[in-house]
Amino acid sequence: MSAYHRPRTLADALAIRAATGALPLAGGTDIHAIRTARAGWGDPWRPEILDLSAVPDLDGIAETAEGWRIGARTTWTTIAESPLPPLFDGLRAAAREVGGRQVQNRGTIAGNLVTASPAGDGIPNLLVLDAEVELASAGATRRLPIARFLTGYRSTALLPGEIVTALHIPRCDGARSRFEKLGARRYLVISIAMAAGVIRLEGDHVADVRIAVGACSPVARRLPALEAALTGLHPSELPHVPQPAHLAPLTPIGDVRASAAYRSEAALVLLRDLLAGFAR
Amino acid sequence: MTALTVNGTRHEVDADPFAPLSDTLRVGLGLTGTKEGCNAGDCGACTVLLEGAQVCACLVATAQAEGAEITTVEADDPLLDTLRAAFLARGAAQCGICTPGMLMAALDLLRRNATPDRRAVEDTLGGVLCRCTGYLQIIDAVLDVARGNVAPAATDGRVGASFPRVDGAPKVAGTERYGADAAPDDALWLRAVRSPHAHARFTLGDLDAARDQLGLVAILSARDVPGRNAFGIMPDIKDQPVFAEGYVRYRGEAVLGLLGTREAVAAVRDADLPIAWEVLPALSGVAAALAPDAAQLHAHAPGNILVRGHLRRGDAEATLAAAPVRADGTFRTSFVEHAYIEPEAGYAQPGEDGAMIITACTQAPVMDREETARVLGVPDESVRIIPTACGGGFGGKLDVSVQPLLAVAARVTNQPVRMVYSRAESMASSTKRHPAILHARMAADAEGRFTAYALEGDFNTGAYASWGPTVANRVPVHASGPYRVPNVLNRTRAVYTNDTPAGAFRGFGVPQAAIATEALVDDLALALGMDRWEIRRRNAIGKGDTTPSGQVLHASAGLPDCLDALKADWDAMLARVAAHNATHRRLRLGAGIACMWYGCGNTALSNPSTMRITLARDGTLTLFNGAVDIGQGSTTVIGQIAADALGLPIAALRQVVGDTALTPDAGKTSASRQTFVSGRAAQDAAKALRARILALANAGDGARLSLDGTRLTVADAHTTRILDLVALDADLTAEARYDPPTVTLDADGQGVPYATYGFAAQVALVRVDTALGTVKVEEIVVAQDVGRAVNPLLVAGQIHGGVAQGLGLVLMEEFIPGRTENLHDYLIPTAGDMPRIRIHLVEDPEPEGPLGAKGVGEPALVPTAPAILSAIRHATGVRMTEVPVLPHRLMERLGGGEPPPIPLPSLAFGV
Ligand SMILES: Cc1cc2nc3c(=O)[nH]c(=O)nc-3n(C[C@H](O)[C@H](O)[C@H](O)COP(=O)(O)OP(=O)(O)OC[C@H]3O[C@@H](n4cnc5c(N)ncnc54)[C@H](O)[C@@H]3O)c2cc1C
Ligand code: FES
Ligand code: FES
Repeated sequence: MSAYHRPRTLADALAIRAATGALPLAGGTDIHAIRTARAGWGDPWRPEILDLSAVPDLDGIAETAEGWRIGARTTWTTIAESPLPPLFDGLRAAAREVGGRQVQNRGTIAGNLVTASPAGDGIPNLLVLDAEVELASAGATRRLPIARFLTGYRSTALLPGEIVTALHIPRCDGARSRFEKLGARRYLVISIAMAAGVIRLEGDHVADVRIAVGACSPVARRLPALEAALTGLHPSELPHVPQPAHLAPLTPIGDVRASAAYRSEAALVLLRDLLAGFAR
Repeated sequence: MTALTVNGTRHEVDADPFAPLSDTLRVGLGLTGTKEGCNAGDCGACTVLLEGAQVCACLVATAQAEGAEITTVEADDPLLDTLRAAFLARGAAQCGICTPGMLMAALDLLRRNATPDRRAVEDTLGGVLCRCTGYLQIIDAVLDVARGNVAPAATDGRVGASFPRVDGAPKVAGTERYGADAAPDDALWLRAVRSPHAHARFTLGDLDAARDQLGLVAILSARDVPGRNAFGIMPDIKDQPVFAEGYVRYRGEAVLGLLGTREAVAAVRDADLPIAWEVLPALSGVAAALAPDAAQLHAHAPGNILVRGHLRRGDAEATLAAAPVRADGTFRTSFVEHAYIEPEAGYAQPGEDGAMIITACTQAPVMDREETARVLGVPDESVRIIPTACGGGFGGKLDVSVQPLLAVAARVTNQPVRMVYSRAESMASSTKRHPAILHARMAADAEGRFTAYALEGDFNTGAYASWGPTVANRVPVHASGPYRVPNVLNRTRAVYTNDTPAGAFRGFGVPQAAIATEALVDDLALALGMDRWEIRRRNAIGKGDTTPSGQVLHASAGLPDCLDALKADWDAMLARVAAHNATHRRLRLGAGIACMWYGCGNTALSNPSTMRITLARDGTLTLFNGAVDIGQGSTTVIGQIAADALGLPIAALRQVVGDTALTPDAGKTSASRQTFVSGRAAQDAAKALRARILALANAGDGARLSLDGTRLTVADAHTTRILDLVALDADLTAEARYDPPTVTLDADGQGVPYATYGFAAQVALVRVDTALGTVKVEEIVVAQDVGRAVNPLLVAGQIHGGVAQGLGLVLMEEFIPGRTENLHDYLIPTAGDMPRIRIHLVEDPEPEGPLGAKGVGEPALVPTAPAILSAIRHATGVRMTEVPVLPHRLMERLGGGEPPPIPLPSLAFGV
């Protein structure tokens, strides 16, 4: 049987990762589901595991000089229940929509990011928060913006020796964020489409705005043309702005959850709803 | 070794640190109260508390639980005890397989928040699926605890009383034993290797060499089947092999059986086995199978047509042609998965001289016995079926699953063998609801009286017959709905394809037909400018009316009463819709209505039940009840009926349930027949026992009985006599058999197919987001004629559960072979998807039934889908002809992302 490592320090974890390439295990909510899916059709999977659950300092949210540091192993429940400024309202809304309470209690923000599912609810939020991922390896630490970390459908720039140690979110004083998720039932549902946005006003006009849509492309995408069109407007004008042309970066597909055409339509509606929320 | 602290006790366990905690609790520590329904986080059955927070134990690596405090359903905890009591009092545990997870989720919430509101309860239970209850009784139970008003345990178990289920205590304690929960220590594990292809030929290489190389005890294949390698529901159609013989007809068909230790069978990669596949083009859907050049899947079914159903009364074609108002449409439904939370599981123990004992979850022990005996090539008597608790069935556990596989394995090795299906295996291999393509036409006269109905229906029965003939025969009888229709022409076909076999699922095709017919009834109302309630009331079949089979309904035909009971709700709903929609553009309300009827028991076939009741000389009173309780509550209801008929309290009654060696045949638990047929047999048996007691005591009819140890007191107006049971020569025993009277159907489907029918109507209020195509069902009001509500609490549970399944069928459930074989992609309603439900029980007693009772299990599901469709149409003007109504399907019909213009045509519709 392959080894199972459960180191007690980050240094040990990085050493094991460097030496063995073992698969990092955080909440396990994705990894165990994959194990079961494969076993169901006679494809047993028992990789060498690097269990991060005993490594100290990987979880929790701390305020830093530049913003916030969210530990890699921070769970959705912690995010939902932490006192955070309105900048995090969208991420917290997403935290309450990931799976059910059981999954929220175990699933982590880094796990969501590294899984890099097109339907990962955390990802569009991290994109609009301008988050950077902190990657540690035995020799070094580096940071990458989320958009560069996510390289494609379920693929990332994580190197074989690296683990994610944290996410960094820059300060954006006075900003708030929102999240809209669409699924075919109330709980425990993978998104058909979703939209996330951050907005900062100066006076009563939009000074900064960042918008992203998930589950409508291999990787969730920011919508720069829409962001440009929204900048400078009064909040009450925002819901009328999104138009099909703004969705150009998206390439939705049809699957068991919805058709491609519907995803485009729904994305537009979610964007309008998202922006209407800012107008309130 | 990993150290785990479970419910305050420290254990050392030797497990793979990566193994899911749920496995380690169950297999390593024997704590089987924690259930496994999917092993993927999708069902929540495995919910435990880890450091006080609810988690799916199947998603936690065992090593991650080291040093943490783990709380499971077995915990001794006062708050948990209160929850247990509340669950019992509310009927919140039906089959009980979800109950441990529900209790743990609720405990997590109440420890965090002692006074949660309804929303908080829904949020906390949102990750645990229940397929039986429709959640409302569970939510109410948790709220009862939060509000400190848990009802005290009921003591009155007489017929008509809301009595908590008699088998409830182990379900809330976590001690109930389901198929996967127990097996002999020396049992080998069996895992089936299943075809990943829908249609293929294959050849097997050297299995003995593979066995040795993979460290297995045996690899079983078709050559190991000692008797006939064939099974199937119909006596004359045993078309499905236990192990495929060089040819598979669907994805999920068993090809090999791997026997060995749990670890060894799990470690085998199917791709390493010596199976050489030759993949053939698959016939997916009936159109492909009916094509002139389609492959012929079974020699006995030319053109791939398994069976045709037919009913003709009057002249439907001529009437349709001449009718002033007509409606027609073509409707499509999908495969629907039963999604019982307990995957199939059990074990087999071989005995001497060909004997075999199978202990497994099932709905039909006597049929399992026949199937297993044939496969083993032994007489039926050699096989004993002992049902475990059944974690949901809904028709899906009427067919054998693990039983023949286990029997073959135990015979070959002469050792006990156990097997637990994975969720993927359960979903890929077990039967489904038949997808239907229904072309229906209906006509009315100028006053809105129905004059004719015609249906052509094709049902995709998948690769094997299973219950296909039953569906094809039941639908023509019911299709025109519970209405007076003088001219009817119904033709159905069950068609073989390379899809997953379709079988029995709550309603046997009637829910599909109701979707078509009720839409046409709405069409006729619209064409005539009539209210939708009004047209149904005008045509509702009632006492003295004749059905399309030519049967005159002599009694217990309460549909008119059901509709009358709903009238005020209907009017209020319409008013609410009109007021809301006058000012809302995007979120639109709609009200819908639908009716149903459903014949209890087999269609024009004998389906007897026999019950035995014994008062032993040691004072034990036992009902030998062969009717398996799959969560719907038959043990309680039949017990209430028997106890009442005998004249002793239900608390005095012990039951032996479903064991083919101990109980007489009470038939299968299907077709809403157990309360009606088995209940009647139990009543007759208990009455006979009472008569013997009264005769012994020389007492009059009205005598009161009481039992204290072995002293049986018989008191009538004149005397009190005490019988000392010990002194009797023999135990007092009585047996009765009841077979509901039916008359075979002739070539035109004329006869008396059922002794009695259940009737119901429902009205639904929905909220449609016309920009996204999403539908939220806000409220459903049910009126159902149950003959007599033996136990109103359990009746309500059946209705809620039926509504939940109807809601799933119409809004989200779509099984696609190879694509939605898990509870991640196959969605069933969660605690947050349920509407408010109100119930009007109509009790129009059935003279044949026990104390007037008849079946309730299936009726609740049937009208829900068409009522919701009617409401969606009211809200949007769109008549949906394909279910499920996924958001994208509704949007396609609404035509683009812009909200539809106001006023909608539907505002004139039905108001
Ligand atoms: C029932 C269910 C419902 C779900 N619903 C949703 C949903 O609604 N929305 C949604 O977005 N997701 C959903 N998920 C997916 C999942 O829960 C989330 O993506 C979760 O955040 C994953 O975190 P984890 O810690 O459990 O990941 P794990 O399973 O532990 O790991 C996931 C991946 O990330 C890698 N990884 C984890 N941590 C690190 C690290 N620190 N450094 C490097 N690599 C790392 C692992 O190697 C693995 O490849 C659901 C899952 C289940 C089982
Ligand atoms: S068994 Fe764990 S969630 Fe289903
Ligand atoms: S009682 Fe919930 S699944 Fe059966």
